[in-house]
Amino acid sequence: MNALLRVEQLRKAFGGLKVTDEVSFSIQPQEIAAIIGPNGAGKTTLFNQITGQLPPDGGRIRFEEVDLVGRSPQDIVRLGIGRSFQIASIFPDESVRDNLLAACLSRLNQTRRLWRPYTSHLQAGEEAMAILASLGLESQANRPAYELAHGDQKLLDIGIALALRPKLLLMDEPTAGMSPEERQRTRTLIKKLWEEYRLTLVFIEHDMDMVFGIAERIFVLNHGRLIAEGAPESIRANRDVITAYLGEETG
Amino acid sequence: MDLPRRYKFGLLWTAGLLVFALVPLLMTSRYQMNLAGHILVWGLFAVSFNMLWGVTGMLSFGQALYYGIGAYSVGLLVTRVGAAWFFPALGIGLATAALISLLVGLLVIRMTGVYFTMLTLAFAQLAYQVTLKWRDLTGGDDGIQGIIPPGLLADKTFYYYVVLAVVFVSIWVLKRMAYSPFGLVLRCIQQNPERVRFIGRSVRMNQLRIYVISSLFAAAAGALMAGMDSSIHPDMLYWTTSGEVILMSVLGGINRFFGPFIGAIVLILLEDVIGAKTEFWPIVIGSVILVIVILFPRGVVGEAQHLWSRFRGDSSQRSPA
Amino acid sequence: MDFAFLATQMVSGFSLATLLFLNASGLTLIFGVGRIFNFAHGSFYMLGAYFGYQLSAVWGLPFWPAILVAGAAAGIVGSASEYLFLRRIYGRPHEGGFQILLTYCLILIFDDLVKMIWGSEYKSIAKPPGFLGAVQIGDVFIPTYNLAIIAVGLLVVLAAWWILSRTRAGRIARASAVDREILGCLGVNVPLTLTVVFGLATALGGMTGALAAPLRSVTPGAGIEIIIDSLIVVVLGGMGNFWGAWFGAILLGEVNAFAVAFVPEWSSLFSYIVMVLTLIFRPEGLFAPARIRKA
Repeated sequence: MNALLRVEQLRKAFGGLKVTDEVSFSIQPQEIAAIIGPNGAGKTTLFNQITGQLPPDGGRIRFEEVDLVGRSPQDIVRLGIGRSFQIASIFPDESVRDNLLAACLSRLNQTRRLWRPYTSHLQAGEEAMAILASLGLESQANRPAYELAHGDQKLLDIGIALALRPKLLLMDEPTAGMSPEERQRTRTLIKKLWEEYRLTLVFIEHDMDMVFGIAERIFVLNHGRLIAEGAPESIRANRDVITAYLGEETG
Repeated sequence: MDLPRRYKFGLLWTAGLLVFALVPLLMTSRYQMNLAGHILVWGLFAVSFNMLWGVTGMLSFGQALYYGIGAYSVGLLVTRVGAAWFFPALGIGLATAALISLLVGLLVIRMTGVYFTMLTLAFAQLAYQVTLKWRDLTGGDDGIQGIIPPGLLADKTFYYYVVLAVVFVSIWVLKRMAYSPFGLVLRCIQQNPERVRFIGRSVRMNQLRIYVISSLFAAAAGALMAGMDSSIHPDMLYWTTSGEVILMSVLGGINRFFGPFIGAIVLILLEDVIGAKTEFWPIVIGSVILVIVILFPRGVVGEAQHLWSRFRGDSSQRSPA
Repeated sequence: MDFAFLATQMVSGFSLATLLFLNASGLTLIFGVGRIFNFAHGSFYMLGAYFGYQLSAVWGLPFWPAILVAGAAAGIVGSASEYLFLRRIYGRPHEGGFQILLTYCLILIFDDLVKMIWGSEYKSIAKPPGFLGAVQIGDVFIPTYNLAIIAVGLLVVLAAWWILSRTRAGRIARASAVDREILGCLGVNVPLTLTVVFGLATALGGMTGALAAPLRSVTPGAGIEIIIDSLIVVVLGGMGNFWGAWFGAILLGEVNAFAVAFVPEWSSLFSYIVMVLTLIFRPEGLFAPARIRKA
């Protein structure tokens, strides 16, 4: 089976500091993978390089055999990679529905249209409502996004990414800032979305319940290096991983 | 509540059209018709400017450049070549504005914030200096007078109705744009440009598009003004002209589509009324606007809508373009 | 093209540059510390000229004290303007547009105010006694007053250098240029700082106006003329870059002086062309380490 995403020898340094140090891994279609590691390990930086926000110093990133390095974020999104952000990236003054509508209109390539009101674009509207339903946010459809509770804003962020029907969804700490109940619900929801939208999921998380709960494979980053990868059980027992986390606390 | 809203909108539209249409008939002097004509043209200019600023978040301090292009295209061709060239001049003005706004646009969209504003100002001032100094072509500080449109248009009243028609249609077109998918993307660009990229859209290309579109309508306004006042002057390209549309937009309300138009009405009427009473009208106007801007950040239309929805007990308000 | 001519141009460019620097430094200071674009800065220049006129030509105060008092008076008006008006719009969405607007209103108000108080005719201030003649070096005549201007400029530069690098206030100002919000966390009274800086900057502008008055007449339009040139200097030097303003002013002053000498019709174009080119290729200023790049 051909890997969906292939990262090869990725390198990035800021001055003398190596934030990504010869990272190589591949992601199979439809798998759920987690990237974990202590703070400052370079997890978000890794995402930023995959999605075109940060040019790597060296190495390759291939998505479905297409080279990603050097492409703009909007191109990469159009190729089929979606992203949700650590701090929910939404359109605060627009309604929840319009947030999704914008994304759906973009997917349908209707955003150059100048004439008909955006509300009359029915197919995009239906798609937006469908996502709202999957997220459980239908009751909030007309509220401006800034009014949403933090947890719901994170969900909306995921929804916007989903609206583009990505093959690969990169989620940066989807449960950050949530209460334990919200985390639980989000965990279930993400699993459901994965099935419903036939996604390949890669997420960065600190919430270990989520990581060990739904991830099939776990990648561990520390100081920009991939120090371990494998199934949850092997990671749990992995001495390097334990040292990396414990080392941070005692160091 | 969509149906009553469209109804209400259509009603306001028609009422406005009617008011302006009746001006020449009800008013006793040509002066008032001229005033109404000025309101229409500035209203169009301000609304087109606000598509850049209020909608997309691009504070251009140089739209006077395109206003001037429109005005001088008409002014130069009509007086130097012939009155029959009025409509071709309009076309040439729009084409020139399109070309220049494309070139300038490519340069200015590379910047954001105050740098964007400064660069647009710089280009407009550059054009102002060229217009001022190139006396052979433009008449320099004397400006150009005697711009008489051809045929029926030479009649001031008929010209007024033509302006009315063009302005209303133009604003209608801009409104459709504001409520179209493109308009939605523009508002999203203002709120979160990174997210716009992450839904697969190019922020730069959309900014360029609206920059060119806005400039086209600014040029149209300038062309209409040239025929209405029958004279043009390099001051039309000066930064104070760019400042007027900013002023009108804030007065009326940046976040409401018609805000700038209302702002134009308020400002022009204010200038007229106060100008008649005292020669020191700038200080009065300046003070009045200062107070309004500080006390009413939402502008006239914004505050009115805010009060209205509080009166009706609405909890959430969305801001349309 | 003889040497004397070139030298004269250079010197006049230098004194022009000093005036530009003195005015633009205030503008860039306000932008650097407060992120405020004081479009009305030229009006304080103009107020300074009128105050100078009133103090020296009408009330007979000696010239140099009059200049200082005029500057201080303009600074007080500036502080008051910031406190009463500009402060109300900090943090508003679209703050940039509101800044342009408010300062534009101030321009309207001040321009009319001076007309109401002093009338619209051109006023003039005489050069101070002792500075009426010229110094001769070979074939080159340098008006003494211009030398005095240059001297004042150097004094201000020295004082500014001392304040910015040696005093706590100066360090605060430099820190603020980096981040306005962090200052509050450091326990600095941000609103007070902004008002004081605004006052100092407008005082500087006012003093410049008074200083320039013997060379140009005192008119209501003086403010509008100088604001654009000051703006160009600020852009050339880097917005918020105090020292850059000095280099920018020299550059602009000399460009202007030579342009006027060789292509008088189109001299003003050069200033704008330089401004456009700087913004396109080096928006952080010609004299700054590469910091701000395009979005």
